[in-house]
Amino acid sequence: MQRRQFLQQTAAASALVGLSGLGLTSFTPATTKKITILHTNDVHSHIDAFGPDDGRNPNQGGVARRASLVESIRKENPNTLLLDAGDIFQGTPYFNYYGGELEFKLMSMLKYDVATIGNHDFDNSIEGLYAQLPHAKFDFVSANYDFSNTVMDTHVKPYRIIIKDGIKVGVFGLGIELNGLVEKRMYKETVYLDPTEATQEMTRILKEDEKCDLIICLSHLGYNYREPSQKISDLKLAKTTKDIDLIIGGHTHTFLKKPTVVKNSEGKNVLVNQVGCYGINLGKIDFYFDSDKNKAANGTSIIV
Amino acid sequence: MNYKHVILLFSILILSACKKQDVYLNKIEGRQINISDSLKIDQNIEDFVKPYRKRVNADLDSVLAYAVDTYSKNDGDYNTAIGNMLADAVYEQSNPIFKSRTGETIDFVLLNHGGIRSIISKGDITTRTAYEVMPFDNSAVVVKLKGTQVKELVEYLAKGKRAHPISRLNIVLDADGNLKSATLDGTPLDFSKTYNVATNDYLYNGGDRMDFFKTNDSLYVLDYKVRNVLIDYFSKIDTLNPVIDNRFIKLKK
Repeated sequence: MQRRQFLQQTAAASALVGLSGLGLTSFTPATTKKITILHTNDVHSHIDAFGPDDGRNPNQGGVARRASLVESIRKENPNTLLLDAGDIFQGTPYFNYYGGELEFKLMSMLKYDVATIGNHDFDNSIEGLYAQLPHAKFDFVSANYDFSNTVMDTHVKPYRIIIKDGIKVGVFGLGIELNGLVEKRMYKETVYLDPTEATQEMTRILKEDEKCDLIICLSHLGYNYREPSQKISDLKLAKTTKDIDLIIGGHTHTFLKKPTVVKNSEGKNVLVNQVGCYGINLGKIDFYFDSDKNKAANGTSIIV
Repeated sequence: MNYKHVILLFSILILSACKKQDVYLNKIEGRQINISDSLKIDQNIEDFVKPYRKRVNADLDSVLAYAVDTYSKNDGDYNTAIGNMLADAVYEQSNPIFKSRTGETIDFVLLNHGGIRSIISKGDITTRTAYEVMPFDNSAVVVKLKGTQVKELVEYLAKGKRAHPISRLNIVLDADGNLKSATLDGTPLDFSKTYNVATNDYLYNGGDRMDFFKTNDSLYVLDYKVRNVLIDYFSKIDTLNPVIDNRFIKLKK
């Protein structure tokens, strides 16, 4: 008798919970969801577009144009994330005069969601980066820079989870080895950790613990390094790890005609993309989800 | 089946329907969009940037000095007017700082020919000129170089036959291009001695294959960007009129 009562109570409570959720997504037969990922890398303080007389990139780039493009894409799909893979700083006098303030303010106006840290973001030393943080209304992620003994401690998270239209997106960051690239007096006590090990930990947390639907790695490791270089790169990372859906890269200023599809350690596809530098291009990756398992069973189609 | 059972059944139905609906990734589309002038300008952003741009441009365009002529790194065989000016400016600006901090003096300066990124045009010299000539953020450093490394440095210059900017050092190649003399103030270099050589951090780290710097263990960082050296130098002088001289020459047959 007691057990029966318990069941009834549980059922009533459940009914209530269930009814409150009625207005949401329940009972819709098969839903399709679309998450748009927009991304930049190595913008290097290029706020103004290149002039008409520029030898390489005439009339390209410019934050004001990127802003209108991002806005129009957001209008089309509100479930859009805007990400940056580092080296926001250094490259035009704007940085020399304002130390990155304008770069962060503009990225905030464009509603960037997450960025990772590139080697040039240490160019005014770690204190210089820290000083500009109040101007950034977006988050920094890095899973392999240990900032514990620096002013950046607690200001950089290993990853961030963003839920858009019920889709759980996990974004984690990776930075390049600073020793030999940046003077020690600039990065101070920042400790560089192995990117592959950091990735294994991140994918375990994001996939197994957090059950993310989409896992994105924001990397400033560089696209690829020629043999015999043993340096870790995005392509190498993609091949040797699992559970990452997309690696957005930077550092090597690589202009790709289209995203590269790489098989990961489990034979599943990973997209690796990078869009050159200086805000000349915007990367756009659309992820389509369907509640119909049969569609997914036929494999994810990749159109690049 | 009483009403309680009905509720229970109904609840289970709702419960199963209302749990987070599983979705499966079934399609990915990737492309790249060029930020070209066909895109609209966001006026809000443009207006926000404007005062910053105005301020930067006003400063960049402020006149610091006057150039009597146009100077290019391609005018001259073993030394150039613009390179001589640059190396002399590094010496003139850095030596007092080095001296005040260490009590020692800089013996000579070596920079690289490739590091001069622009010409200086006849007419007004502005801060922008300094950014054009030296867009990189390289800093001046002083390296304590052992005689054996100084020997390598001189051999590098003799072999390279490029107009790498030098100051205070004098190098003469004979008509066949072999090293004839390497002197400081008329005194031959003593390869058993140690010299204080000013350069930039890029070259110190092996840039332009100047590997003789890297084997060193005594480095003094001046915390002085080469571009700022130029800006300060231009601000100090009134007229820029550098010349090609005899600091690095090859004798004629």
